Amino acid sequence: MPSDAPPNTAPVIVKLSPLLVDLFPGSTRRVEMQADSVMAMVRELDRRWPGMGDRICDSRPAIRKHMNIFVDGERASLETILPPGSEVFVLTAISGG
Amino acid sequence: MPEQVLVLIGTKKGVFIAQSDATRSSWELRGPFCETWPMQHVIGDPATGTIYGAAGNEWFGPAVWKSTDLGESWSHSSEGLAYEAGQEPIKAVWSLAARNGRLYAGVQPAGLFFSDDAGQSWTHMEGLQKHPTRPDWEPGGAGLILHSLVPDHADPDRIWIGISSAGVFFTGDGGKTWEPRNKGTRADFMPEGQNYPEFGQCVHCLVQAPGEPDLLYQQNHCGMYRSADAGKTWESIEAGLPSSFGFPAAVHPRDPSTLYLLPLNGDIHGRFVPDAKAAVWRTRDGGKNWQDMREGLPQKNAFFGVLRQAMAADRMEPAGVYFGTSGGALFASNNEGDSWSCIAEHLPSISSVETMVVAR
Repeated sequence: MPSDAPPNTAPVIVKLSPLLVDLFPGSTRRVEMQADSVMAMVRELDRRWPGMGDRICDSRPAIRKHMNIFVDGERASLETILPPGSEVFVLTAISGG
Repeated sequence: MPEQVLVLIGTKKGVFIAQSDATRSSWELRGPFCETWPMQHVIGDPATGTIYGAAGNEWFGPAVWKSTDLGESWSHSSEGLAYEAGQEPIKAVWSLAARNGRLYAGVQPAGLFFSDDAGQSWTHMEGLQKHPTRPDWEPGGAGLILHSLVPDHADPDRIWIGISSAGVFFTGDGGKTWEPRNKGTRADFMPEGQNYPEFGQCVHCLVQAPGEPDLLYQQNHCGMYRSADAGKTWESIEAGLPSSFGFPAAVHPRDPSTLYLLPLNGDIHGRFVPDAKAAVWRTRDGGKNWQDMREGLPQKNAFFGVLRQAMAADRMEPAGVYFGTSGGALFASNNEGDSWSCIAEHLPSISSVETMVVAR
């Protein structure tokens, strides 16, 4: 039975690593956007701050080896679907020396 | 207008800049810049005064950093700096060269890109990747890296590159086609009887002499070499040196017969300066005779190495010579190598040293 309720268009809430934000003047730790997948989210981040997509993803394309994206607490890939209102963390993994 | 000499230092944790007036007797150090990204090679373009840094970050991948105000502020880009989808992604930018308004970048895994808009966007020079030997290139200890990048000063279509450990390659048509240029250089790590292959040598550093476009020098994993015919043939110049192993080579800004090397104690003995005593070795006659220069350099308990891009000369008179160590010390000579002083220490491990002279 069709619902009379309006479609859920709650924005996705994206929380960016401070290291990533430091690389893009004007970017913010907390971002709200409409995106239905992690790939779409990365594209939107790159549209807002050109070059940010390359810092998160490589050319395979895939999320970079030492970057992690969590959607509602679960580790995600570029193909992961983002339900409306999802909370997404873009984090730097343990790395370096 | 008075001149300032900048020594551009690429380290494992960002860019540092040492700066002095023309006497080069007193230095000020600035940095770290570029968010402490690992920097493989930092260069200055004397035509514009712009500084560029070749970087690869474990989190964020490859990028070329840029400063148009001598290091006060920086930006970064990797637009177009990528292989096709599905291929092994670029891990880091390893080498840079600016010539005739064009900027070149060598990357890991080995490939060559150029930028005609001062490093904002990049185009792949695909000819190198299409070379028939490409499937047989083997990585050296630092990976399959294009670390030596020598565009001819005169002819923009001529470029030499060095890849560890695929060897030296040359293009005479602006990068469309390439040929190996390793004849006469050894590959001691190959089976007996196969020590002079067409390609696969472990070149460590390739430089072009000033004013003589066909005169090249090379520090190899297996020997030091000179070529008077644009790399078609190489002759050994290692007689008189304390070892056949080392990483960097630096040419004099004006004299094509003067070359600086920094031999290390061999590839299986720690890769330190020989006998734990530091020396830069200079030839004034194209490699026939060598002189070790030690004044001011540590002569006891010196357990450091100097990497392939970590020695350079400036264009002043007399020429300054500089090298940076794996232990984060920067040594300088303001008299063509005759004597030395340590102008910075306790820096992160140094990957590259280059110079730029600016009017200020």
